[in-house]
Amino acid sequence: MSSILSSSTGKHIDNSPVLYLDGISVSFDGFKALNNLSMTIEKGEMRAIIGPNGAGKTTMMDVITGKTRPDEGTIRFSSSAAEAGQKNTDYDLTKYDEADVANLGVGRKFQKPSVIESLTIFENLEMSLKGGRSIWQSLFHKLSAEQKIKLDEILVLIDMAEKADDLAGNLSHGQKQWLEIGMLLGQEPELLLIDEPAAGMTDEETMKTAELFKTLAKSHSLMVVEHDMDFIEALGCKVTVLNEGSVLAEGTLQEVKTNEDVIEKYLGR
Amino acid sequence: MTNTNMSNSNTSSSNTSSSNMKLGPLTTLLMNDKGGRRLLAVLAALAILVPASNLLMPEGSIFHVSTYTMTLLGKYLCYALLAVSVDLIWGYCGILSLGHGAFFALGGYAMGMYLMMQIGDRGVYGNPDLPDFMVFLNWQELPWYWLGFESFTFSMVMVLLAPGILAFVFGALAFRSRVTGVYLSIITQALTYALMLAFFRNDMGFGGNNGLTDFKDILGFDLQADTTRAGLFFCSALALIIGYLISRFIVTSKLGRVLIAIRDSETRARFLGYRVEYFKLFVFIVSAMLAGVAGALYVPQVGIINPGEFAPLLSIEMIIWVAVGGRGTLFGAVIGAILVNYAKTYFTGAFAEIWLFLLGGLFVLSTLYLPKGIIGLWMQMSDKLTKKLAERKAVNLPIGEKV
Repeated sequence: MSSILSSSTGKHIDNSPVLYLDGISVSFDGFKALNNLSMTIEKGEMRAIIGPNGAGKTTMMDVITGKTRPDEGTIRFSSSAAEAGQKNTDYDLTKYDEADVANLGVGRKFQKPSVIESLTIFENLEMSLKGGRSIWQSLFHKLSAEQKIKLDEILVLIDMAEKADDLAGNLSHGQKQWLEIGMLLGQEPELLLIDEPAAGMTDEETMKTAELFKTLAKSHSLMVVEHDMDFIEALGCKVTVLNEGSVLAEGTLQEVKTNEDVIEKYLGR
Repeated sequence: MTNTNMSNSNTSSSNTSSSNMKLGPLTTLLMNDKGGRRLLAVLAALAILVPASNLLMPEGSIFHVSTYTMTLLGKYLCYALLAVSVDLIWGYCGILSLGHGAFFALGGYAMGMYLMMQIGDRGVYGNPDLPDFMVFLNWQELPWYWLGFESFTFSMVMVLLAPGILAFVFGALAFRSRVTGVYLSIITQALTYALMLAFFRNDMGFGGNNGLTDFKDILGFDLQADTTRAGLFFCSALALIIGYLISRFIVTSKLGRVLIAIRDSETRARFLGYRVEYFKLFVFIVSAMLAGVAGALYVPQVGIINPGEFAPLLSIEMIIWVAVGGRGTLFGAVIGAILVNYAKTYFTGAFAEIWLFLLGGLFVLSTLYLPKGIIGLWMQMSDKLTKKLAERKAVNLPIGEKV
């Protein structure tokens, strides 16, 4: 745990956590999807979230990204965009909707890869690029030289430079996942929420993805939900175990694996 | 007007290698739109040739286009513009409006009100201030919402504003509450139905079920004169060309790609930070205004506007035009509208009672077997043909190489 933190200190000006969930509860028709959930993600930290089905992992992401309003609790998102001269860098995310949260600097990748299938890879990425979200800006949008460079960088990073003009719909499942990660990067988010990135990937792709995330973690904060233990091991970061809508355990993968509660409720004996 | 620009841009260029060449705005717009280029060339030619042959050729000549045919073609062009407006929201943004006839009719009524005011004291009752139907209803003065319609400019502004404002109010409510899919289609249908019932009422002050008719002239030109008809035809073709280019500009911009993103995956667009409801609202208003213009050009050519234009069935027919032509291509909508309406003219003349069955059958068939419409079929066939030719070349090549 300490190694992850130390690798990121110094990059950021202040040390307040990038994301701070406090006492979040959400219920659907009496079912408590999240139950007094509290969690902190430090700036520059990569965090893996595991837990059985129905533990509230996806609901948690919905709440953070403004898709679902929590019944109780607060979510503070502290952006380091202070450099950009913004006055307020500390936001209560429960007050914003999806588009706002995305523009504040929280990117989200869905469990099911959701790229725009009838657009090309290039167009998908172009659309994700930060800024220009208004009607007029979109209508009269022209790619700047800077944006072109940025796009080329992402294309190389996700290994799709040669097929930039292919339709995204023709990509394999694993490639769609990568494209979506590329789209996340285009948004230049502060915090990335990633839901089951390794689902449907070959072992080789999974390991490549883990490497990619480790690279990303040098300049972003990441929250990764995953079931694949090998993948989490490859990430080598702090792990939070969710169960029945609240945190069951937290620590390194080794600590968590040996935790009595976790073994009983999630891993099984 | 557009021929020179259209023919010199056959080279398709990809996005990544966007050239540094200086291209005209029209050229860039139609760069990857072969069908659109051809369509606009044909429309530009029609806009000039049809009125010319009507006015200049003697009546017996085979090159003479009768006024009846020209007016009919003009009507088709209005329908084609309406189809483009439907395709803009349905084909690109996935908004299936089953009430687009409402915007068409509102544009038509705005034009109709202007034409009514032009009649002046030439009506049956000879009242210089009030249209005939108001005199008939014993009204003493013009209702406030008829004020200003004696001005052509004001009326043309209303042709855009009336559908635009309705689209704004309706869209703002529907899209903000995230009403989508079938539910949205149903409420758009309800919208046009409600308007139809309202316009049927005499108290509304729009002529009740008779609507507005007996028009005399437009801008001082006699509506029955061939020259006026020719002018209206020309305007319809021009409106279609301009409407097409506006739509094309929208769908080829980044905004167009955002619309496609909304159509394919609304949540993705939202989480990318795009305010989906604003984008939907924008394109919905543009589409409603285009439909309004189509209605305004339609009314002086057919000589009447009545609440029947609000009928839900007509709005459904528009969807069929677009589906048959090819959704999401714009020029497919134009072709679909013209073909289906030509068929309608023919069949309602020849076998009136089976037309609705044919129309229904056409929709079922095109949904089942032509998911991309006639345009899709055409592209598929031409693809196959080029592939076959390429194969033949490939087979021949080795033999050629030996020699």
